[in-house]
Amino acid sequence: MTLVKTTYNRRSFLKSTALAGGGMVLGFSWLASCKPSAEEVLAMPKEWFDINGFLKIGENGVVTIMSPNPEIGQNVKTAMPMIVAEELDVDWKKVIVEQAPLNTDIFTRQLAGGSQSIRQGWQGLRMAGATARRMLMEAAAKQWGVPVEELTTEAGVISHKNSGKTAGYGEVASAAAGIPVPEEVELKDVKDFRIIGTPRKNVDGKKLYTGQPLFGLDIQREGMLIAMIEHPPAFGMKVKSVDDSAARAMSGVKDVFTINSLPEGIEKQWSDTNAFPELVVVVAESTWQAMKAKKALRIEWERTGDAESTAGHAAKLDELIAKAPAEPARKDGDPEAAFKNAAKVIERTYSAPFLAHNTMEPMNFFAHVTDEKAELVGPIQTPEFLEKTISAVTGLPLEKIHIDMTRMGGGFGRRLYGHFGVEAAVISQKVKAPVKLVYTRDDDMTQGTYRPGYKVLYRAALDENNNLIAFHVRGAGTHGSPIFANRFPAGAVDNYLAEEHSLDSNISTGAWRAPRSNFIAGAEQAFLDEVAEAAGKDPIDFRLELFDRAIKNPVGKDNDYDAERYAGVLKLVKEKAGWGKDMPGVGRGVSAYFCHNSYVAQVVDVATDGGSPRVKKVWCAVDCGIVVNPEGAINQIEGGIVDGIGHAMYSAMTFKEGKPEQSNFDKYRLIRINEAPAEIETHFVESDIDPTGLGEPSLPPVIGALANALYKATGKRVYDQPFAMGSAVLG
Amino acid sequence: MATFNLNINGKKQQVDVDADTPLLWVLRDHVNLVGTKYGCGINQCGACTVHLNGVAMRSCMLPISQVGEQAVTTIEGLSENGDHPVQKAWIEHDVAQCGYCQAGQIMNAAALLKNSPNPSDEEIEGAMAGNICRCGTYVRIKAAIKTAAAG
Repeated sequence: MTLVKTTYNRRSFLKSTALAGGGMVLGFSWLASCKPSAEEVLAMPKEWFDINGFLKIGENGVVTIMSPNPEIGQNVKTAMPMIVAEELDVDWKKVIVEQAPLNTDIFTRQLAGGSQSIRQGWQGLRMAGATARRMLMEAAAKQWGVPVEELTTEAGVISHKNSGKTAGYGEVASAAAGIPVPEEVELKDVKDFRIIGTPRKNVDGKKLYTGQPLFGLDIQREGMLIAMIEHPPAFGMKVKSVDDSAARAMSGVKDVFTINSLPEGIEKQWSDTNAFPELVVVVAESTWQAMKAKKALRIEWERTGDAESTAGHAAKLDELIAKAPAEPARKDGDPEAAFKNAAKVIERTYSAPFLAHNTMEPMNFFAHVTDEKAELVGPIQTPEFLEKTISAVTGLPLEKIHIDMTRMGGGFGRRLYGHFGVEAAVISQKVKAPVKLVYTRDDDMTQGTYRPGYKVLYRAALDENNNLIAFHVRGAGTHGSPIFANRFPAGAVDNYLAEEHSLDSNISTGAWRAPRSNFIAGAEQAFLDEVAEAAGKDPIDFRLELFDRAIKNPVGKDNDYDAERYAGVLKLVKEKAGWGKDMPGVGRGVSAYFCHNSYVAQVVDVATDGGSPRVKKVWCAVDCGIVVNPEGAINQIEGGIVDGIGHAMYSAMTFKEGKPEQSNFDKYRLIRINEAPAEIETHFVESDIDPTGLGEPSLPPVIGALANALYKATGKRVYDQPFAMGSAVLG
Repeated sequence: MATFNLNINGKKQQVDVDADTPLLWVLRDHVNLVGTKYGCGINQCGACTVHLNGVAMRSCMLPISQVGEQAVTTIEGLSENGDHPVQKAWIEHDVAQCGYCQAGQIMNAAALLKNSPNPSDEEIEGAMAGNICRCGTYVRIKAAIKTAAAG
């Protein structure tokens, strides 16, 4: 066992212990709204005993575990409580999971982003479970008059071997609630895990499949009004005047007004990205009435900035990557001389468009703001930042603002930027009523916060023996370059140059699942495929040679990857996919990438079968350390693969005179079931390293493997995403 | 505003709404059945799929005035205890990620299996291509439909 000092979330333990001073504590008030369905056979306890801020135990042994982080479909609501349950040593069947509200006294980093929930929550969650287990054991030891060291636990039962005594956790929960929080606790050895590493089904599955209200858009409250907004139709515009006479005359319409959700002078958070803080608002009794009134508004808009276009962006990105920036992001050796002396130079450019997040549940939020307090409920990846901005905008202190997080109908980074929550609060404060703000799909898709458009130039130099002697990458993107200067192949090439350009724009951009990696991985892995081909080498062998170099004699000191683990996933996927065997009618492509602290390698098989190419199968090897929930983990890997293939093949957000040209799914193409891979096979590297990211890492590399497979299947290289746009073959 | 008599999940209900209100918003705002989801409002994503007289139908553009007393079935009424073969298969395959589109997927899949108890891959893809899953759970959706068909 590993002995760990209980330094994490000390405040939460102290606080809950104080709460539990009386011995018995009733459940939190919000429990009432989360009753389990009749199908969950668990008998609800008569009393709950708070052991610490993460969990409470009923007298009948049923355990409620709080899931601290926002759930956006990455399945942390199942995985995070599994970690607590593991160290608590309880039967998973006796666990009820509840979404915790924002509570910075108890929880740290209640944020869904960067594939970090499990990685950064790992120690704290284990400690919460282990601390509670220890308190239960101490309570039993005291009761039985035996040393606590002689007690063991299994599946929620404490045993004393010598006396033969046993007690369920529920029997000692009341006493345990009064035990002082231990100074240090033992954590399990990885080999003793009983829950972590075993497949567990989504804790919300049954509720999802029977239509229970779980999402922000499902919120209903007494006296609640529906608010909808109109934002400018183009970037670089704002409201000039509003004629609301027709809208006001419509049935159910309560009010029409304009708001500024980010007034000058307030303290802003990084999450307050918003191109359209000024909005026209319609408040009505029902959603349909608000939608109709919205259409009846006569708004005059005025231009305040450039009217940008996709053609203009492309021209500017071309200009940028044609020239060197003043300073390189990284330079090793003498790239200039190496390129001059090269036997062969390969040079290619790659591009990708802006993308909308398009969560299936459009932006929305419930707010009830009064003079004394604010209650907010809705889908948000960054509740802590939202609370701060709402405090600044409404003038209410933080402690008067309560935020409940609902399950989210997708995140992908979009709900890191909580302007819709702020807007709901401002609207509620103005109309003095509980309000649910609802964006239409059009409002949502044309609001901005997009994945930036990118372009990158790659050059590689080979010597007469086909060794890679120099590598040059120069990338440009809107609001920042897509380059990670210290990632592979930095460290594996003597002469290396990475350069970055940024293009300013009035179109707002934001983090979109695997930011920057979601473009650069595909470009880099497609380029390396061409370099390997030019060198006359197998694409996997070529990469393994480079990793070998980085393992034995790395260039530079800041390389941001472990070359052995990188090579490990590539070797694993090579073996599993049977790389090298003859596959008639199938084009195979490979890729490997490291991001969010995890390593992923993929083989994609594309078959043409006489028609358009279709991904037949994807093999995926993943090294993300310990896998908490293999069922959910495989689902995430599959989703990232489909997401990557879909956007690389079909999706684009384009602009004309500042106006988004796609505003709904009739024009914005998303991958459909008939275009998805027929099969995905996922393999995890067995590991006892602490878990790393999983929600994002499978997306970036698949774009490269897809491009390489398309080349093998069709004989044509693809450079510009979306690959299918304007292509008769790939259509 | 006008009064409409509806037959939802086997229950007669009366609502007082604008005649052009789509069935989707009647379900969500007026009879508190929020399992049917709003995704696009233009029949493109399938999140709002319900059954009208047993046939899969998008509810986001269907005015309530055209529904009359035809039998409407929503995800809440697909089965009494959430044990329709499709719902069971969805649990078995742990299909959902965010889960938002899944009610529409399930309603569409249930209608497909009613018409074609043993659909081929092509049939499944043809019938389900109108339902977007932004999380990309398509591989599991297809597997779950096959399980439901076999079961």
